[in-house]
Amino acid sequence: MKQKIEQLRAQISAELTAGLSREEFKKLREKYLSNKAGEIPNLMKEMRNVPKEERPEFGKIINEFKVWAEGRFDEIDASLKAAELAGKNASEAVDITMPAVKNDTGSLHPTTLVRHEIINIFANMGFDVFDGPEIETDYYNFTALNVPSDHPARAEQDTFYITEQILLRTQTSPGQIRTMEANKPPIKVLSPGRVFRSDDDATHTPMFHQMEGLVVDKNISVCDLYGMLDLLAKEIFTADTKTRLRPSYFPFTEPSVEVDVTCCECGGKGCRLCKGTGWIEVLGGGIVNRKVLENCNIDPDVYSGLAFGIGIDRITMLKYGINNIHILFDNDIRTLKQFKQQNR
Amino acid sequence: MLLPLSWLKDYVDVDVTVEELEERLFSSGFEVEELKYLGEEIDRVVTGKITSVAKHEDSDHLQICKLDCGEAYGTDIQIVTGAQNIFEGAVVPVALDNSLLPGGVKIKKGKLRGVESCGMLCSGGELGITDDWYEGADVDGILILDENTPIGEDITKIVGLDDYIFDISITANRPDCQSILGMAREVAAILDKPLKAPDMSYTAIDAANDDDITVTVTAPDLCPRYIGHYVKDVVIKKSPQWMRKRLALVGLNAINTIVDITNFILMELGQPMHAFDLSTLEGKAINVRRARNGEKITTLDEKEFELNDTNLVICDAVKPVALAGIMGGLNSEIKDTTKDVVFESAKFARDSIRKTSRSLGQSSYSSAKFCKGVDEYTTECAIKRALHLIEELDCGTVSNTHRCEAAKELAPKVVEATFEKINKVLGIEVPGDVILDILRRLEFDVKKNGDVLTVTAPLYREDVEGYEDLAEEVIRIYGYDHIKPQLLKFATVTNGGLSEAQQFELKLKNALRMQGAYETINYSFYSNADLDMLHIPHDAPERNAIRIENPISENYSIMATTLAPIMLNTIVKNYRSGNDAGRFYEVANVFIAKQMPLTELPHERRTIGIGVYGDGEDFFKVKGIIEGIADEFNLTFSYRKSTRSFLHPGITAEILCEDEVIGYVGQLSHEVSQEMSLVKKAFIAEIDYEKLSGFFKHTMRYAPISEFPDVVRDFAFVCDEAVTCGEIEESIRKSCKYVTVVKLFDIFRGKQIGEGKKSMAFNVIISPQEKGFSDKEIEKFTSKILKDLEFKLGISLR
Repeated sequence: MKQKIEQLRAQISAELTAGLSREEFKKLREKYLSNKAGEIPNLMKEMRNVPKEERPEFGKIINEFKVWAEGRFDEIDASLKAAELAGKNASEAVDITMPAVKNDTGSLHPTTLVRHEIINIFANMGFDVFDGPEIETDYYNFTALNVPSDHPARAEQDTFYITEQILLRTQTSPGQIRTMEANKPPIKVLSPGRVFRSDDDATHTPMFHQMEGLVVDKNISVCDLYGMLDLLAKEIFTADTKTRLRPSYFPFTEPSVEVDVTCCECGGKGCRLCKGTGWIEVLGGGIVNRKVLENCNIDPDVYSGLAFGIGIDRITMLKYGINNIHILFDNDIRTLKQFKQQNR
Repeated sequence: MLLPLSWLKDYVDVDVTVEELEERLFSSGFEVEELKYLGEEIDRVVTGKITSVAKHEDSDHLQICKLDCGEAYGTDIQIVTGAQNIFEGAVVPVALDNSLLPGGVKIKKGKLRGVESCGMLCSGGELGITDDWYEGADVDGILILDENTPIGEDITKIVGLDDYIFDISITANRPDCQSILGMAREVAAILDKPLKAPDMSYTAIDAANDDDITVTVTAPDLCPRYIGHYVKDVVIKKSPQWMRKRLALVGLNAINTIVDITNFILMELGQPMHAFDLSTLEGKAINVRRARNGEKITTLDEKEFELNDTNLVICDAVKPVALAGIMGGLNSEIKDTTKDVVFESAKFARDSIRKTSRSLGQSSYSSAKFCKGVDEYTTECAIKRALHLIEELDCGTVSNTHRCEAAKELAPKVVEATFEKINKVLGIEVPGDVILDILRRLEFDVKKNGDVLTVTAPLYREDVEGYEDLAEEVIRIYGYDHIKPQLLKFATVTNGGLSEAQQFELKLKNALRMQGAYETINYSFYSNADLDMLHIPHDAPERNAIRIENPISENYSIMATTLAPIMLNTIVKNYRSGNDAGRFYEVANVFIAKQMPLTELPHERRTIGIGVYGDGEDFFKVKGIIEGIADEFNLTFSYRKSTRSFLHPGITAEILCEDEVIGYVGQLSHEVSQEMSLVKKAFIAEIDYEKLSGFFKHTMRYAPISEFPDVVRDFAFVCDEAVTCGEIEESIRKSCKYVTVVKLFDIFRGKQIGEGKKSMAFNVIISPQEKGFSDKEIEKFTSKILKDLEFKLGISLR
């Protein structure tokens, strides 16, 4: 029996090699380990012929041999599996530099991106957003904003008229009036949107975008106006952007200011963009004229307000270094594609 | 507004540099758009005395001069000149070697017919000046300077070119600053210097015509103040050089004493004036009235205008003699023979002047000034100043005939304020004495009674309305750099941000972005030609567009009623720019009139436009973009075959949401594609965003995941070509309410099936809800599905 075991051991060792195919391996396993007719289970059956007192010893020997044989088979099985996977991996390998299959994404328009960037800054300060009509009445666009019919601002703005009393809004300021008519102070509102003026040349488009901001509450001062606009400039451009106020005039604010920021192109050293001054005019604002408050039935001796207007297209141009406003209305996909990364 | 430094200095001592003055003006509200040095283009041109003149031997007209230009430049400079008006001892402008003259002319040492010439003697024209700048500058030849002119001096200092012109932008609230004197007042206040006001004194005598001249104003609403003053025995002659020079500095040509005085006052005080030849005024009368419809006038520039009753005219007893505030009439023009004149200084309503000027297309310096606004106080000052200048120029006799018609007395604006109120607007503490000092410098009169300040504005400040205006005056002089930024320190905390509707719109834009589409922004107006491009029928509702009364051009003349033209134009523009594919969308308003012409604001309907083109695109990909929207908002869209004038008749669908049509999608028709020379396939879709957003869900509840597995069944049907996928899907869904998915996964045509037939394979998922389904129940569902299909559409399992 022992002899037979050693013979089988030698036989298995010789036959069982890593070079076997899966089929040959299966056959060998069948031959030696199959419960029905395998050589090793057969040894167990031969135990009948072994004297009773030797059986435990032989049982042990056969068992050890069986464990050894199974171990050998498992070993080879594992190496065969490894080889098979290696082959599969090799055959499946791809040129990972080939182009991706992807679902292209698009982009919001840069003007929309900047519009929402500004909205987010002010939304954090408690501002609502009001969408007013693009076709407006003369009353909301001018009269209620303290621009009487003989005011020079009317001539300067070159308004598109539909009828004598209905026009394309020239500014988003009518949003101030509509908001104040519908709400009691405290009011914090932005009114962004399309505006229209009869101007079409290298630096003007007949349609562009503005964002009006309005705060009406008690004790609102020029310092608040400056604080908000200074923050806006730092958020939109860079944290080290400086701002300055200078006197200006709008019929619906008194006092009125223009806000300049340090040139985002040269950082204030002076360049072509800022005409060597180091400063760029970006927006206007002021303390809401008492007549405008009165027009909306808000008592100017109790409440005060501040208002400002931002040219969204201009900010977009400055922020991204776009030198021609017409680019923003050309909708060339090569332009639009560049703004993907700015989508939030 | 042009402000020459030298003229400014007539009224105020300027002891700062021009750069500092520019900065100070800027920070107090007067932006200097351009600061121009008049001698900018001149360099190394000095005065020199001719010490000898000799004939050039090789020329019959050239002369060789020796010049003494002083120790610094040379006492023996040889220059060859062709000019004949020179003589020994004359002082002339000498452009030295390496000098610069206006127009970029460079003068260098050289030889003229073999004789060395170390520069050039200059004429007035070569220096860019005329007689108005320096007497004798218009002479043909070299400018001969005054014999006492020092030599070796920079020529710009001698001829008045050592001067600066500030081009200042004046805001609309400060018409009083549209004049040299107005700006001088500001500069005096800014620099805290006294103002040297122009002399307005004159002596009047009684004259023969005195009692006869009448002034009436029958349209006081358009002419609140009219002053006429009679001046007799006028002398029409050349004005003195000081006056001509000042006019030249601001770009006006000198004409004669009377015209020059009116122009001078227009610039100095900002008051347009006019002078009538009294002999042409019938009835010696001036009547300011509305024109009669059809009345005619010929203005000084010989243009004839037909007027109507919105135009204001100055008339004599019979006829119009001037278009008020715009231009005088040819019939009452000042001529060389004019003896007696009536000077006019008036205030006309600015919108009246503006409207007349616009409607007639006639304008002038005067009308421009009136449109900006003229204050009545200056109207008074101007006539006095004119009479003073008549005396000073000795060009007439000032009579006592002064006619002033005014709707009301001059009254200054008076405002009550306190230091606290002013500072509350500003948000900082400007000391009381500083406030008082600034107001004093700006010529405001302040009476202090306890805390209350009663502030009287100067008469020329018609813009002052309340203490907020005083706050502005204070801070612009005190300096905006005193303002400290603060973030709504005293304001109520409020909740803000986008409303749900606004958030949805942004979500929509992002949903389209995720489908690879780029947002565009196009003008809200286009033209009828854009609708023609889409073959929109003439009676289609899209043609009922709102027209702009005064469009820039026909291209932008009607308000959008559909976004289709905008999307197609975006595609075509991109295609023509060499881009071979693109997906675009725009969310914008279309404008739907409730009635025409508009009597109330139109309906602004938010609309989604989609435009797609490129070789890789097909109808189902574009449909996929639309489905992307449905998916994002958890909606189910269905589609119905449809047509549009510009879309392919077989590849167009209406989009429905819960059985309501919300838009359309389709492939651009071959006709339109060919007309646009577009060889790529293009697709247009439009969705009514208002309708769509009506279906948006505002709340949601979590639906527990069913513990019962979905039942999946595949069916293949044979049907006529005419049967659509949508019909089958609809039928299946209606047959069993537990069907959650019906998806076409294969379509097959072939001989086995037969001509005109197709086989369609669907994947159907039945999802149990409260309980699982038994095999029997499933069997019931599927047989109902199949029976309905057979009954409704006549199709059966393959």
